[in-house]
Amino acid sequence: MASETILSVKDLRVRFQTLDGTVEAVKGINIKVNAGETVAVVGESGSGKSQTMMAAMSLLSSNGEATGQVDYRGRNLLEMTKHELNKVRGRKISMIFQEPMTSLDPLYTIGNQLIEPIRRHRGLNAQAAREEALKLLRLVHIPDPERRMKSYPHEMSGGQRQRVMIAMALANDPDILIADEPTTALDVTIQAQILMLLAELQRKLGMAIVFITHDLGIVRRFADRVYVMRQGEVVEEGDAEALFANPQHAYTKMLLAAEPTGTKAAPPANSPVLLEGRNVEVVFKIGGGFLGGEPLMLRAVDKISIRLKRNQTIGIVGESGSGKSTLGRALLRLLPSDGVIRFGDRDISEADRRAMRPLRRELQLVFQDPFGSLSPRMTVGQVITEGLLVHEPSLTGKQRDHRAVEALREVGLDPNARNRYPHEFSGGQRQRIAIARAMILKPKVVVLDEPTSALDRSVQKQIVELLRKLQADHQLSYLFISHDLAVVRAMADYIIVMKQGKIVEEGPTEEIFGNPREVYTQTLMNAAIDTARFRISA
Amino acid sequence: MLRYVFRRLLTAIPTLFVIVTVAFFLIRVAPGGPFNQERGLSPEIRANLEAQFGLNDPLWLQYVHYLGNLLRGNFGPSYNLPDFTVTELFAKGLPISVQIGSSALVLALLLGSILGTIAALNQNKLADYSVIALATAGSTIPTFVIAPVIQLVFGLSWKLLPIGGWGDGAFINKVGPVLTLALPQIAIVARLMRGSMIESLRSHHIRTARALGLSDWSVVVKHALRGAVLPIVSFTGPAAAALLTGSIIVETIFSIPGVGRYFVDAALNRDYTLVMGTVVVIALFTIVFNLIVDLLYAVVDPRVRYD
Repeated sequence: MASETILSVKDLRVRFQTLDGTVEAVKGINIKVNAGETVAVVGESGSGKSQTMMAAMSLLSSNGEATGQVDYRGRNLLEMTKHELNKVRGRKISMIFQEPMTSLDPLYTIGNQLIEPIRRHRGLNAQAAREEALKLLRLVHIPDPERRMKSYPHEMSGGQRQRVMIAMALANDPDILIADEPTTALDVTIQAQILMLLAELQRKLGMAIVFITHDLGIVRRFADRVYVMRQGEVVEEGDAEALFANPQHAYTKMLLAAEPTGTKAAPPANSPVLLEGRNVEVVFKIGGGFLGGEPLMLRAVDKISIRLKRNQTIGIVGESGSGKSTLGRALLRLLPSDGVIRFGDRDISEADRRAMRPLRRELQLVFQDPFGSLSPRMTVGQVITEGLLVHEPSLTGKQRDHRAVEALREVGLDPNARNRYPHEFSGGQRQRIAIARAMILKPKVVVLDEPTSALDRSVQKQIVELLRKLQADHQLSYLFISHDLAVVRAMADYIIVMKQGKIVEEGPTEEIFGNPREVYTQTLMNAAIDTARFRISA
Repeated sequence: MLRYVFRRLLTAIPTLFVIVTVAFFLIRVAPGGPFNQERGLSPEIRANLEAQFGLNDPLWLQYVHYLGNLLRGNFGPSYNLPDFTVTELFAKGLPISVQIGSSALVLALLLGSILGTIAALNQNKLADYSVIALATAGSTIPTFVIAPVIQLVFGLSWKLLPIGGWGDGAFINKVGPVLTLALPQIAIVARLMRGSMIESLRSHHIRTARALGLSDWSVVVKHALRGAVLPIVSFTGPAAAALLTGSIIVETIFSIPGVGRYFVDAALNRDYTLVMGTVVVIALFTIVFNLIVDLLYAVVDPRVRYD
């Protein structure tokens, strides 16, 4: 079965016209997909892996242009008229995307969106198409499909939406399913479920799958053949097993070794407690108001106690909605909360904004999103020295500039960068800037809220190493919030597992990873290990 | 849903009360009164008139009287057009203004949406630039220029349209004022529509629709347009309230006996009751249209459905 080549990309080039001139995103690549096989296109962000498939499907944005050949069963997709193309797209080749939250039309019911492509491609009447849609929802294991047909996307979770997307893509029994980072935006337990589903469907239906991904765990587990892309070129290709066993290209080797490694030793037992929370509770009020009836009370953080010592890193692990970020914010008094919070020997439970201000320099926060958290209208120098204006107003401009240079050097950036603007930097560099902004104030406690989640693996590793070095140099205490167990394992010496606002389990890292007691922790670990089982450590 | 409408109408009552109160006292702060103008009434007559209308009572008592009358649906007599009550004036003029205004609104929404969509689909091409140019012209040329030009060209030179007058509501008499009122609105709607359509066309679910091989018609009309129409819906609320309560410029230039001129005339003449009547009417229109818009919003977008 896996012999006939059904899709062949030949010398494909993709160019984008931008204000900075022409950018070549894909530079003449060749890719083949055989019937029924699973091909993975791997690379980090900006490698052109997504644009390759977007070009094949004629989904490039309007400033993009593709040249070369994309032959599907002998016919070049790039030369088809729109009408011909629309008989292939969604029928023979279909696609699912990275963003399950936004890839469905928010204004139509799931049923409506499922029925439309079925009717269009197969000319079924409304009743038959409805039956078919129900069958598909059952196929992707959506519970209570009859009721779900009438649901809108916003009434479903990310995992369920991705299942619906898969159902839509498979509606017309395609030859090829292109999956563009299908699990990246999902929680780890959901990721595992979606991958299982795809594997199961492939066994049942026999279509070829093209995985576009940065996650080598997925590749190793599911792919027959792999293409490694970098800067618009395929640098290595081959059988998945052979490629993992014996990578040829330096870039592939680097990708394989990009898993963060090492562990963090616990601080000495007599290390003083710096930040302490006792029975911390955060309740959000939803709805209510004038004639609105009783508001709904959501207990985001439910009586949690935590003690962060000097030079300690506590990893807070949990899926989205578990309350881990809320806890971090509450401990820094950025959110109103109940319970007792102490910083050093001070009770800050009741401290208001003004009382907190002098303490802020010692309690810093680094966010997940390196793109949104830096003001685009300030130079890097201004961004990182802004805190000094508040906390050390006596510094002269020259002294501030000197501190900026120092801070940038410390996070491994060229000090000359301080006169440039954030948009000129990559995601990893921006995260370094955000870290420099926190470090320049010489804090004692830093809350790191998913600081590596938006970054490529190889960059993640560098940031993890940077954070560890800064901790060792300055005896910092970290509260490390993450859903990424591999990173947490490398960063934290103590772990708190959260679910629905409560602590499920806590303990030293090695204990939690080596011998998880609670079922939920085990599920979390298994899901992570399932996708990461074959990751190779350096 | 009904509960929501009921709640909204209930909150309208204190809103109206505040508006009426503020307007009542604000207009009284302005110097002068309805009966002291240049042409000068003799002091006796003036005193008589003021006594007749209760203008010599303490202000709070006048306010209480006015509120009492208002609750009974009585807007009081007009001081400057003494043969009419304010209610009569609106009964006569408001239907005319509403006819002109609603025609202009419908025209603006239809034409503006179509132009905006065409521009968005041809972004940075000739059709797009033409629409942008038109929209810029439409929103920068004031109505007091557009109206006389229409009169000159279509009325005087080509004799296609009457120069002015209501003609008992003949279609031909409405063309000029409706066009004049609609043009700037077309420009606004076209620009809004272009922007939101461009954004809508870029959204992820449109990419999904294309990837599923849906026809252009379905992608554009069923999926992109419905999402893009939301800002237009929001815009329609205040726009409808403004257009349907008449325009002084258009009604004056085309000699249309609507209510648009009342607001300014009444304010200048200190015709307290007429000013208050206009305020109440505009406030009511605004409240009702905003409610309609919010309900429409829920019809278009299931994410904001109430209850």
